[in-house]
Amino acid sequence: MTTAANIPPASPEDLVEDGRPERGGPAGTTVVPGRRRSLGERAARARTKLSSPWASLAAVVIAVLWTTPTLGLLITSFRPELDIRRSGWWTFFADPSVTLANYEEVITGSATSSFAAFFVNSVVITVPAVVIPITLALLAAYAFAWIDFRGRSWLFVAVFALQIVPIQITLIPLLTQYNQWGLSGSFWAVWLSHTIFALPLAIFLLHNFMMDIPRTLIEAARMDGAGHVTIFFRVLLPLLVPAIASFAIFQFLWVWNDLLVGLTFGSNLNVAPLTVRLGELAGTRGSEWHLLSAGAFVSMVVPMVVFLALQRYFVRGLLAGGVKG
Amino acid sequence: MDLLLNADTTAEKLLVMCVAILLFVGVTAAVLWLVDRPSLPRWVPLVGFLGPAVALLVFGLLYPAARTVLGSFQARDRQTWVGLDNYRTILTEDGFQTVLLNTALWVLLVPTVATAVGLVYAVLVDRTRFEKLAKTLIFLPMAISLVGASIIWKFVYEFKPDQPGVRQTGLLNQLLVWLGAPPQQFLLDPPWNTFFLIAVMIWIQTGFAMTVLSAAIKAIPDDIMEAARLDGAGAWRMFASVTVPSIRPAIVVVITTIAMGTLKVFDIVRTMTGGNFGTSIVANEFYTQSFPLGQPGIGAALAVALFVLVVPIVLYNIRQMKLSEEQR
Repeated sequence: MTTAANIPPASPEDLVEDGRPERGGPAGTTVVPGRRRSLGERAARARTKLSSPWASLAAVVIAVLWTTPTLGLLITSFRPELDIRRSGWWTFFADPSVTLANYEEVITGSATSSFAAFFVNSVVITVPAVVIPITLALLAAYAFAWIDFRGRSWLFVAVFALQIVPIQITLIPLLTQYNQWGLSGSFWAVWLSHTIFALPLAIFLLHNFMMDIPRTLIEAARMDGAGHVTIFFRVLLPLLVPAIASFAIFQFLWVWNDLLVGLTFGSNLNVAPLTVRLGELAGTRGSEWHLLSAGAFVSMVVPMVVFLALQRYFVRGLLAGGVKG
Repeated sequence: MDLLLNADTTAEKLLVMCVAILLFVGVTAAVLWLVDRPSLPRWVPLVGFLGPAVALLVFGLLYPAARTVLGSFQARDRQTWVGLDNYRTILTEDGFQTVLLNTALWVLLVPTVATAVGLVYAVLVDRTRFEKLAKTLIFLPMAISLVGASIIWKFVYEFKPDQPGVRQTGLLNQLLVWLGAPPQQFLLDPPWNTFFLIAVMIWIQTGFAMTVLSAAIKAIPDDIMEAARLDGAGAWRMFASVTVPSIRPAIVVVITTIAMGTLKVFDIVRTMTGGNFGTSIVANEFYTQSFPLGQPGIGAALAVALFVLVVPIVLYNIRQMKLSEEQR
């Protein structure tokens, strides 16, 4: 939503430490390195940084506060149902008993409530809802970046401004429209909605990345007589892979974790994603923690893995202004 | 055709997914192939590249938003014009007063607390040995869905009646018991329950604040830091007089971004309390009024209110970005 791109990179080794890839130019351009600091100098700085034990203590307290809730639910999901009802998860360390029964029940339980079916729904919703908006946004961003036309900047600002429309404001008319077309309660309605809601941010972000590509590359290809499609696929796409990856992670997390769109357009059981099922479970069987805890982790495992594996790209997207509100 | 709209087995669903993607790729390829002929006028490729996205945005965002604004002036039958009645209702009725007050609390507390904690933490772990791991721990909640986060926290707030032989299973109530206090119904008693919901959003947003601010801190030129250190500035003095002023633009961007996200958040309230017990906020009340209660007029008015609340924050945010770019 906003640009935090006003943060110039520090020195390259800082960027690597920080898990942030260098925000240098694309292949074939040189990145001007910052000043290198000697190791000894940096060690000395680090020592002066956190000399106080209070500072370390504060950092540890925050880290513990932030991880304990998740850890508690994770441990709970592996405890037998009776234990969960009778004692807190912290007693697990004194008296450990581990079971996979909760996961079995949640994943393969009765046909209507099994998470396996909803897991499939989430996958089926997410893949097209990531691929389609990115493709359309790439094409649009290309037009905004490299095709001259009258009213270009005006139209681009309009697209950017659409990011501020809360999706709540569009739901009822969209639902009415889908009903008229007979699409409501099908995957098509969910895909279409996610695609629409993703476009403003995707176009904005990818356009920002495209503007970093040196004009001379495009001009040279034009001189050789390449058309738009050739330039797009041969010249731009290979350079944009990291940018596409960072937006893809954003969009993936956004769609996989979304509740509002899934609830509004995919209320029928054959389409509902995991989040809808989990929210329902929290409402109807709020005290059955053996199901809730296992269900929560079934729904969290995919985004967590993706996130941890591709954190670097995600951070890069964040710093380039990819914040979906 | 029926299969495409009502897939009910796993195989069918996956098939529909593949069909959808192939269809999309096919159509897109055809369009690109058609528009990219040298002999065609210049506007044809432009329409091919830009047309689909613009058409979707007009259909899915512009037109519905306009419809909703109109709908907010209509009664629940979506025919009769009622002027400003819906707006009068959401601004004056007691239940809605609570909703607006709660929304204000969310928008004030979440950005400030999340940014403060994120900033302090970013400074504390900056250039330490465990920096990467320490950051990942705080960052991880961002990957968790709001529904998942709500369940994690509901479990922290879990209440068991205060009777002999009954042990608390919620961490927070257990801490109270250990301290000798009676356990509390954290999510049921207004006005405090709203604060316990707000805590969840803070928990999620802190990682974002920390990431952006950490990058900003790393971008502070070393000579400024060095000069302050040579002048004998202590850690606290460095933080207050060098670090914070240097990254002020980034702080503003983070606060406004979190504020916008907070205004629209719906999942937490919906999952944890369903908006009952005086915890509802505008984004959730919109859903309750529009769908379960069948009051599209009121729902539309709430959606418009949400829009009106977001706009000034966005405009301020854009201005700040412009200012910080001019400074460079």
